[in-house]
Amino acid sequence: MSRIPLVPENVEPLPSIGESEGLLSWVGSIDHKQIGIMYIIATLVYFLIGGLEAILMRIQLAHPNSSFISPEIFNQLFTMHGTTMIFFVVMPFLIGVGVYLVPLMIGARDMAFPRLNALSFWLFLFGGLLLYYSFFTQSGAPDVGWFAYAPLSEKPFSLNNGPTYWAIGLLASGIGSIASGLNNIVTILTLRTPGMTMRRLPLFVWMILVTSFLLIFVIPIITAAFFMLLLDRLFEANFFNPASGGSAILYQHFFWGFGHPEVYILVLPAFGIISEVIPVFSRKPIFGYEFVAASTVAIGLLSLGVWAHHMFAVGLGNVTNAYFSLASMLIAIPTGVKVLNWVATMWNGKLRFYNPMLFAVAFIIEFVIGGLTGVAVASVPIDWQATDSYFVVAHLHYALFGGSLFAIFAGVYYWFPKITGRMLSECLGRWHFWLTVIGFNFTFLIQHILGLVGMPRRVYTYPDMPYWGTMNLISTIGALILGISVLIFVWNVIVSLRNGDPAGDNPWNAWTLEWATTSPPPVFNFDRVPPVRGRRPLWDLAHPDMPDEK
Amino acid sequence: MANNKMLVSFFIASESIFFLMLILAYVNFHGDVIDGPTAENSLNPVKTGIFSIFLFASSFTIWLAGKSIKKKDHAMLCVWLLATIILGAIFIFGQGMEWASLIGREITISRNVFATTFFTLTGFHGFHVCVGLIMLSILLGLTIAGDFKGPRSDGIECVSIYWHFVDGVWVVVFSVIYLWAFL
Repeated sequence: MSRIPLVPENVEPLPSIGESEGLLSWVGSIDHKQIGIMYIIATLVYFLIGGLEAILMRIQLAHPNSSFISPEIFNQLFTMHGTTMIFFVVMPFLIGVGVYLVPLMIGARDMAFPRLNALSFWLFLFGGLLLYYSFFTQSGAPDVGWFAYAPLSEKPFSLNNGPTYWAIGLLASGIGSIASGLNNIVTILTLRTPGMTMRRLPLFVWMILVTSFLLIFVIPIITAAFFMLLLDRLFEANFFNPASGGSAILYQHFFWGFGHPEVYILVLPAFGIISEVIPVFSRKPIFGYEFVAASTVAIGLLSLGVWAHHMFAVGLGNVTNAYFSLASMLIAIPTGVKVLNWVATMWNGKLRFYNPMLFAVAFIIEFVIGGLTGVAVASVPIDWQATDSYFVVAHLHYALFGGSLFAIFAGVYYWFPKITGRMLSECLGRWHFWLTVIGFNFTFLIQHILGLVGMPRRVYTYPDMPYWGTMNLISTIGALILGISVLIFVWNVIVSLRNGDPAGDNPWNAWTLEWATTSPPPVFNFDRVPPVRGRRPLWDLAHPDMPDEK
Repeated sequence: MANNKMLVSFFIASESIFFLMLILAYVNFHGDVIDGPTAENSLNPVKTGIFSIFLFASSFTIWLAGKSIKKKDHAMLCVWLLATIILGAIFIFGQGMEWASLIGREITISRNVFATTFFTLTGFHGFHVCVGLIMLSILLGLTIAGDFKGPRSDGIECVSIYWHFVDGVWVVVFSVIYLWAFL
């Protein structure tokens, strides 16, 4: 009398946490969808922690000469906030959503190397946990800024063990990221369904491909720097200690040799999300697909040659500075090409402003602002005024928050139905959206001015200079509004997981392959992959008389 | 079909950048040392050169192992894998002796920038060789147990690619550290 069916059922739902063997099946999973979901959940938790660090800092900075938080703790907060948001939120979210979507978008069953995929996730998760463990040690978390410049990050300037946890945690996580990059490259190059040529690849997949090349070539740079830093700290090596013949500048070259391409790693997949969302919600194919793909490759290549624009104040010399300044401004061109392509896609389109589209349009505006201030600081004389001031803080947040994070939110609203089978609430989403836009701009717009009137970054407090207190207070109020917006977002996720409208296969009427299967997809992804004869397989399927490519 | 060779090839491209950074650090500090140990006054290029020949020979033997499996010659596959491991182990032994000699003369990683960059660069290279030796031992064990009947094996091919890479890195490292100092 067996209750096990003799023939296994065709469609199996994803195991849920509620099932008795649920948790273990997630821990041991090598399925790309489960791994992708784990990435997304973990990054959400790190996001909340990083956000809390930011709010604490903003509360401390709300008034001049405040002593709400001590300078020692404040230094740990800004170090951990930056490290968390970059390495444990934006990067792994984009990698994770890529891990979930890329096999689906190319019509594959899983990544090329599922076990390597799982390794990447666990290295990311435990790297972050190791880093955060430092908060519980006697000397506390790293307090040397997220760049951990030498010799500040070395003995005798840094007597706490935090930077060691920082380097080891990021080493682990970085090795996982290299593995992800390798996995993505092989997956995209070898597992595409027949008919899906490179020129028919969804743009999100193109972006992940270019990002993966960047990952495998630039993370080794920072890996080398982390090892050197650790050797200096633990074995008294002499890489970066000027007192014993080492070079602090070498650290900066290595760090930014990685660090600059890293910011493109943080933004290219975001561009990919936008390139998927805008066409669907404009009911038009992307304008200039080849230009978007080619400009991505250009950005990837150019990004490798501009790192010293983070070092204009170091004294590298006029010729060096001039080269890096020019090269950095050049990157604005392929980026501008993309912005024009997105706007041209929307032009004369039938725009539907659902939540994904709201975030996508806001992304364009906010990211362009971030890009413009970036071009400004690419000019050496302007940078000499603005460097290490709140102007840079404003710039980086417009690019990383107004840019990457807004794109991430667009992606969440867009793909949540596919991943969970339920729609997020449009109404709560709108509250989230508007509070985010208002909160974000209140927090960071005024920081441009704060920076230009001279407020340095990474200071735990400031004297009562004219209007500094008022401007900081405005910024803090903006941060609190952002905090509320995040709470609404989390509430939306929880409520929608329980009671959201069932999504169906293709709630947005989109055209790429992930929408050609159930929501959530079955374990094996597709019953049958639709034929791919163009960039929009589902459009071609629904309009056999008007295919994209004749 | 997962393409294992593609993965290993991109992996070694990535590791090349890692070694490039270590080499750049060495090159950056080369010539900065005025007194204290330097390559010229502390290293023995002839001795290291001889041990290097063992490593280069191991690339030849693993190539022969690749040919053996293509010919389905199981016995010779075992022989050439074993030869590769022995030659690689001799190289590591030589490295170990060189390190011991330096440390015995109180030239440690903390001594000066030459020592720091020297130990780091040769150390990471040696580590990669050891990882390769472990992989080769696993291959040898499996081969003795009857696996790798041929004519094709992703395992043998991928480990070969990795081993040639490790050898190639040593060509560069040996040139930069030993030849550059003494020629």
